[in-house]
Amino acid sequence: MSGVNKRVLPGFGLSLGFTLVYLSLIVLIPLSAVFLKTSTMSWDEFLNAVAAPRVVASYKLTFGASFLAAAINAVFGLLLAWGLTRYTFPGRKIVDALIDLPFALPTAVAGIALTAIYAKNGWIGALLEPLGIKIAFGPPGVLVALTFIGLPFVVRTVQPVLEDLETEYEEAAASLGATRWQAFQRVVFPTLFPALLTGFALAFARAVGEYGSVIFIAGNIPMVSEITPLIIITKLEQFDYKGATAVASVMLVISFVLLLVINGLQAWTARRTGRAI
Amino acid sequence: MSIEVIGISKTFGTFKALNNVSLNFPDGELVALLGPSGCGKTTLLRVIAGLEHADTGRIVLDGTDATDKDVRQRRVGFVFQHYALFRHMTVFENIAFGLRVRPRRERPSEKDIRAKVNRLLDLVQLGWVANRFPSQLSGGQRQRIALARALAVEPRVLLLDEPFGALDAKVRKELRRWLRTLHDELHISSIFVTHDQEEALEVSDRIVLVNKGQVEQIGTPKEIYEQPATAFAYSFIGSVNEFRGRVDGDFVRVGDEKLRFQTGTFKDGQEVIAFSRPHDTEIVANPQSEDGVSASIKRILGTGAVARVELVANGEAREGRKEFFEVEIPGSDVQSLGLSTGQHVKLIGRRLSVFADQNGTQAAS
Repeated sequence: MSGVNKRVLPGFGLSLGFTLVYLSLIVLIPLSAVFLKTSTMSWDEFLNAVAAPRVVASYKLTFGASFLAAAINAVFGLLLAWGLTRYTFPGRKIVDALIDLPFALPTAVAGIALTAIYAKNGWIGALLEPLGIKIAFGPPGVLVALTFIGLPFVVRTVQPVLEDLETEYEEAAASLGATRWQAFQRVVFPTLFPALLTGFALAFARAVGEYGSVIFIAGNIPMVSEITPLIIITKLEQFDYKGATAVASVMLVISFVLLLVINGLQAWTARRTGRAI
Repeated sequence: MSIEVIGISKTFGTFKALNNVSLNFPDGELVALLGPSGCGKTTLLRVIAGLEHADTGRIVLDGTDATDKDVRQRRVGFVFQHYALFRHMTVFENIAFGLRVRPRRERPSEKDIRAKVNRLLDLVQLGWVANRFPSQLSGGQRQRIALARALAVEPRVLLLDEPFGALDAKVRKELRRWLRTLHDELHISSIFVTHDQEEALEVSDRIVLVNKGQVEQIGTPKEIYEQPATAFAYSFIGSVNEFRGRVDGDFVRVGDEKLRFQTGTFKDGQEVIAFSRPHDTEIVANPQSEDGVSASIKRILGTGAVARVELVANGEAREGRKEFFEVEIPGSDVQSLGLSTGQHVKLIGRRLSVFADQNGTQAAS
């Protein structure tokens, strides 16, 4: 009787099959089309497309600004999550609902709104102008837009972990003589770290792919404030499909490697802190 | 170290958790704070630890006022009901925590930390789990590690909040015996909170019985068990039969029936509660007997040396439930009295303890 099913949970074949088919249809097939199209190019064509100075500058901006934005979100998202879970204040529910707004807002709306505020004649832009700080229509604008859209990821991944983290742990740390800072640094933060890392990765991935909000505020100056997704769109508009897919495939590979590294970091901390044994 | 609690009150919203509590814990004893849930015992423990601040009153540790000191400065070891072990640290690092967070000039060397942690691990007989994480330990092991962690900072006093509350019955018994032995070795003043009277009676040197934010009685387990001072103490400790009625001469009148009592003087007509332990309660087989409260036998358990007879009161149910009685008699009496299930009998108390019935002293059992 080799056909006896030894698994307790039924439906392994069905769920695995469904997962694979679904993943293929939604993710793998469209993405492999990118690589297939790219593979029709010659090596020189490919290099010309992906290593042109203007394109390289856009990689730097996209990944640099995304990384920075995710880092900013990790810090302030943690603070926000902390404020929302640890304290009760009037209007807390409203603030909590506001967090999700960048999720729901069409990115173009976000871009226009941010541009209106940060432009020279906008509310905040007008204040910064005399100080010589220019946000809109330059790389700082890109950073602002990417920070805006990435915020909910960090807050929403850290929040539930913070809610589950009972104050008992901090009390225990205090009774053992730890200062508040030591309790945070040695007890609270390590517990939050995996969630924070996940939030960071999500915010980063989202920022890398962001297009709509950035193009309004960035100014899109070649070599200065042009993001990679815009390069791809530009190439498409010029009917340079191969060039577009070539740049896209480079982006894909970089993103994939970075996410893989973050996942590896996750697994490493999990092993080091006893969650994955 | 001695602990003095002077006039502590604490209110949460409109709920009075502690009402002017004053206590004196002598040096080196293992004291149980015993009471029903919600009586304020945990709050009292947390106030002593400095995890909670009282509205009024003072805490004096070792002769110096510690009221305004926070938990870090009080040097108390606190053990939580749910262990509160740091999940991301190994057992070793958990125990070492208190040593590692010390200011640099007071911090022991790595070698000393190692030696001390290993000594503590040996003390709690868990040397072999040093490199595991808390999630890999059983509940009993976790609580022993939590205790070792608290002891690492050489606290002047050890406070344990329902330390065995989350454990199953068998481990609980083992662990409380172990705690007693450990205390006899270390002689560190300890207070533990429990709602389990058996635990308090078995482990502690002294019991503080708490009810509704107030101290009901303080005494050795023997005193608390044998001479309950209040109606609450009587009904909370051990099983007991309860009769409510009015004083009429040498009798307590319960409905139309009467019970003779021996001690205490009350005015005629005073509303009282009379208590009788199961082994001090007698069954009179003749339901026409003049003395006693009538009841009918529901079950007879155990036919060995001691038989336990469960009975329910005859007549109207009070407050939706019929009164329930429990009597322990020598097994041979079941035969000689000819008792059987369903039989109508009368109950009398051999040593009836009578307390004035102030509304609100009702037992929360």
